[in-house]
Amino acid sequence: MTATSLPTGDLRSALHGLPGVDKVGVEARASMLATRSIKTTAKAQAIDLAIRMVDLTTLEGADTPGKVRALSAKALRPDPADPSCPPVAAVCVYPSMVGVAAPVLAGSGVHLASVATAFPSGQAPLDVKLADTRDAVAAGADEIDMVISRGAFLSGRYDQVFEEITAVKEAAGAAHLKVILETGELGTYDNVRRASWLAMLAGADFIKTSTGKVPVAATLPVTLVMLEAVRDFRARTGRQVGVKPAGGIRTTKDAIKYLVLINETAGPDWLDPAWFRFGASSLLNDLLMQRTKLTTGHYSGPDYFTLD
Amino acid sequence: MAAAHPHHEGNPRDDMFEYAPAPESRSVVEIAPSYGLFIDGAFDAGKDTFKTVNPATEEVLTEVALAGPEDVDRAVAAARRASGPWSALPGSERAKYLFRIARIIQERSRELAVLESLDNGKPIRESRDVDLPLVAAHFFYYAGWADKLAYAGFGPEPRPLGVAAQVIPWNFPLLMLAWKIAPALATGNTVVLKPAETTPLSALFFADVCRQAELPAGVVNIVTGAGDTGRHLVEHPGVHKVAFTGSTEVGREIAGSVAGTAKRLTLELGGKAANIVFDDAPVDQAVEGIVNGIFFNQGHVCCAGSRLLIQESVYDEVLEALKRRMTTLRVGDPLDKNTDIGAINSAAQLARIRELSDVGAQEGAQRWSPPCELPDHGFWFAPTLFTGVTQAHRIAREEIFGPVLSVLTFRTPAEAVEKANNTPYGLSAGIWTEKGSRILAVADKLRAGVVWANTFNKFDPTSPFGGYKESGYGREGGRHGLEAYLA
Amino acid sequence: MPETSAPARLSVRKTYKLFVGGAFPRSESGRTQLVDGDNVALASRKDARDAVGAARKVQPAWAGATAYNRGQVLYRVAEMLQGRRAEFVALGVPAAEVDAAVDRWVWYAGWADKIAQVHGGANPVAGPFFNLSAPEPTGVVAVIAPASFLGLVSVIAPAVVTGNTVVVVATTPQAAITLGEVLATSDVPGGVVNVLTGRPAEIAPWLASHDDVNALDLTGVDDPELAADLERAAAGSLKRVIRPTTTPLDFTGDPGLRPMTALLETKTVWHPKGF
Repeated sequence: MTATSLPTGDLRSALHGLPGVDKVGVEARASMLATRSIKTTAKAQAIDLAIRMVDLTTLEGADTPGKVRALSAKALRPDPADPSCPPVAAVCVYPSMVGVAAPVLAGSGVHLASVATAFPSGQAPLDVKLADTRDAVAAGADEIDMVISRGAFLSGRYDQVFEEITAVKEAAGAAHLKVILETGELGTYDNVRRASWLAMLAGADFIKTSTGKVPVAATLPVTLVMLEAVRDFRARTGRQVGVKPAGGIRTTKDAIKYLVLINETAGPDWLDPAWFRFGASSLLNDLLMQRTKLTTGHYSGPDYFTLD
Repeated sequence: MAAAHPHHEGNPRDDMFEYAPAPESRSVVEIAPSYGLFIDGAFDAGKDTFKTVNPATEEVLTEVALAGPEDVDRAVAAARRASGPWSALPGSERAKYLFRIARIIQERSRELAVLESLDNGKPIRESRDVDLPLVAAHFFYYAGWADKLAYAGFGPEPRPLGVAAQVIPWNFPLLMLAWKIAPALATGNTVVLKPAETTPLSALFFADVCRQAELPAGVVNIVTGAGDTGRHLVEHPGVHKVAFTGSTEVGREIAGSVAGTAKRLTLELGGKAANIVFDDAPVDQAVEGIVNGIFFNQGHVCCAGSRLLIQESVYDEVLEALKRRMTTLRVGDPLDKNTDIGAINSAAQLARIRELSDVGAQEGAQRWSPPCELPDHGFWFAPTLFTGVTQAHRIAREEIFGPVLSVLTFRTPAEAVEKANNTPYGLSAGIWTEKGSRILAVADKLRAGVVWANTFNKFDPTSPFGGYKESGYGREGGRHGLEAYLA
Repeated sequence: MPETSAPARLSVRKTYKLFVGGAFPRSESGRTQLVDGDNVALASRKDARDAVGAARKVQPAWAGATAYNRGQVLYRVAEMLQGRRAEFVALGVPAAEVDAAVDRWVWYAGWADKIAQVHGGANPVAGPFFNLSAPEPTGVVAVIAPASFLGLVSVIAPAVVTGNTVVVVATTPQAAITLGEVLATSDVPGGVVNVLTGRPAEIAPWLASHDDVNALDLTGVDDPELAADLERAAAGSLKRVIRPTTTPLDFTGDPGLRPMTALLETKTVWHPKGF
């Protein structure tokens, strides 16, 4: 049991007692917020904030130490031509690559996140998931992105999901725990809300939308539902939980829509890399291009930014 | 209110989310220094004129002709002359004129949206994303009926009535014009339309659209003016049909004036809609629906959800969420793309909203608005809610037609229905619950022409709209909307 | 040197291929036939199979588009067809027939958001139930098109306005493929209309017996024996069949609702009412 005042004894009734989410309504609200327009002077700050919120990610079977080292270097200095460009929030890699990234990032303030717990499917015995977690932390990860067992969640075995999260949380020790709900597999917004609460009740420091490995990743309405969940959870328990949309966010325009969503849903308290992250890879270069456009007054092109 | 948040120097978060100003360009619309009447396919100057102002700034936009009795005579005569040839056209040809109009509106929609926001005070987000798309869609929909009238269920050979006198309000100027003109033309009638005194411009621009479409002269005539012009028009012996949207008070007068004549009449009048929130409602979306229900278009909506009925078991939760949401509403420049609530349409309407709100407070209801800085010029009213309202309060009975919400409570579905129906009005209602059988049972018992469940203020050209009781009679929109214009 | 005038400019000829999935492929068989001096594609059974696949793939999205959107798309077809009027006249279609075809698209465009209003509605069942019937498209429709251009439009438009997708076998290749070009430039999603040019007697049996085809429109079949054979083949998967008319084909009048309703399924929804 974690530090919350909510009873978890009957998880099913707690989760099914949450108010429903009307699909049409939540999607309409998200698309209305997406029409908000940010003025030019504030846009520069929005872009820098978005850069500081990026979990720069590579999660490919083809990842190599060279690739991860290059990515980590880019995390520290996203735009080598412009020292005023801030570093990203974190680098996110597979556990086997944590040891590669750790020395590059050491002492920089850029966090080192690792997916664990049989990412991306979550289909492994609990002891394997815990070992995965401990290895990543031992190698230098200070953030763990775990996946929940969607199979267990969808078949109503909420206690199992809850216990897995608490066990991973314990194995992660001081590392921050981000719990990936894989919302693209949950099927309904009601399930997204329930999974969000389940993860928060079990001790998640962050709730995260997606692995990026299934067809539907982060969307605005899903993130809106999760932001409502962290807002309501803090109101009920006093504990603030972060949100991380991941996958499918590729442009500055997209990123700013998410910032607007935070501002109008959970509120400005979440407009901080400590409480909101973007799980992304190609997003960073678009942010850099737009940043350069604001500085120089003309459009830039992909050839002018590093590919890592 | 977001616009009124104190500005903390050095805190980037506050700077960033001062979204405004992100103004829509005013240069897409060119307003002439004066406008005449559109009669028989041409603009002519009237003898007298009046000014129309931008309610957000009180700036005079232009001068418009004030139609007198003889002008109305000329317009009706033109419509009568055009009536024969227009009704004799094959439906497929009338259809193509209406499709042309729909297409031109689509192509000129940004211009017309900016114009509408200038003259009316509504946020550009609404004129751009709601009014104009619906206007075009309405013409498309009725264009399609013009050659299918035999399939509409009103007999094998339905005939037009002749000349329709149409008087529309200022809250959705161009949309109300579309609701009136599209079905009238599709069925082979010709029209004389009078836009509201405070919002004549989009109707005059529509006259230009008719010319672009090469619509035959006299089929559409636009006479601008105030109440007297409207009275001359609806009482004119040369018209066969009167269609009015506006206040119940004027509607009653018109119903009296057509009594004893052969004129057909449809009325779309006021409302005091109940928006009923049950304890199993999807709370976040219900709050959006409540906000949309009363603050959409500054509450200048006849079907606005102006009475919020909350089940007592979720009262605190819903009210808290509603107040939190209201603090994020952005009031200000209608042309700013981030504005949620624009200007009140006129000084007179502002005075009425103020008066009824003061009465609400005097009668003992608790008044609340989010902190809100309003612009110095123009007509503005902060979004307001009253709690502790009972059925006896005037703010629970009278249509305020502004951004003012009266909150009441109930314990059981039967009580909700009883309270919802306890009004002389019957235009619309809202129901919020996740339980389907409850939605359908409550909807059955509500005496209202439109019932929205888990949504609010939704409009579509295919869907009939209109009221029970003193909210008027006749339906606009959908297949039903043809009936008012067919013999 | 003898004086010569500049040689007349040589025109560029159009190649008439098939129209499948929004693209213009040649027949996989490599076959063509000579029609009025053009080598036009002669479709095979495998082209028919590919066309059914393309029609099936896009059908849910097309049916899922709002009726308003489908109406707008059909109106756009009318606009584009009007713009290419001269091209059809040059192919030998009488000008009045092209005009009638434009108006036919307009007529059907208007039905998109009205057919449900005249072919569905609330049913006053004797009990505390909400009961509503609404039409839905049957799915993929195989059409053997009549020879006339107005006839071709008159069999395609009612099928697609209601949310079906079609595979058309056309015997007037140049006009049919040019219509395909109109459709390809009219916001009609690729695969909603697929045009095969070839011999109905060769291709139609494969479409009639194809298990993933939901309906068969035999309007253009003028051989009664072939029509009967095709209807028998269609019985295998209980396809909805529109039989050829027994009277001479005339597409100039009001088509009525039957061309649409024949390709619609009615779905009735029950739901209890109670506090």
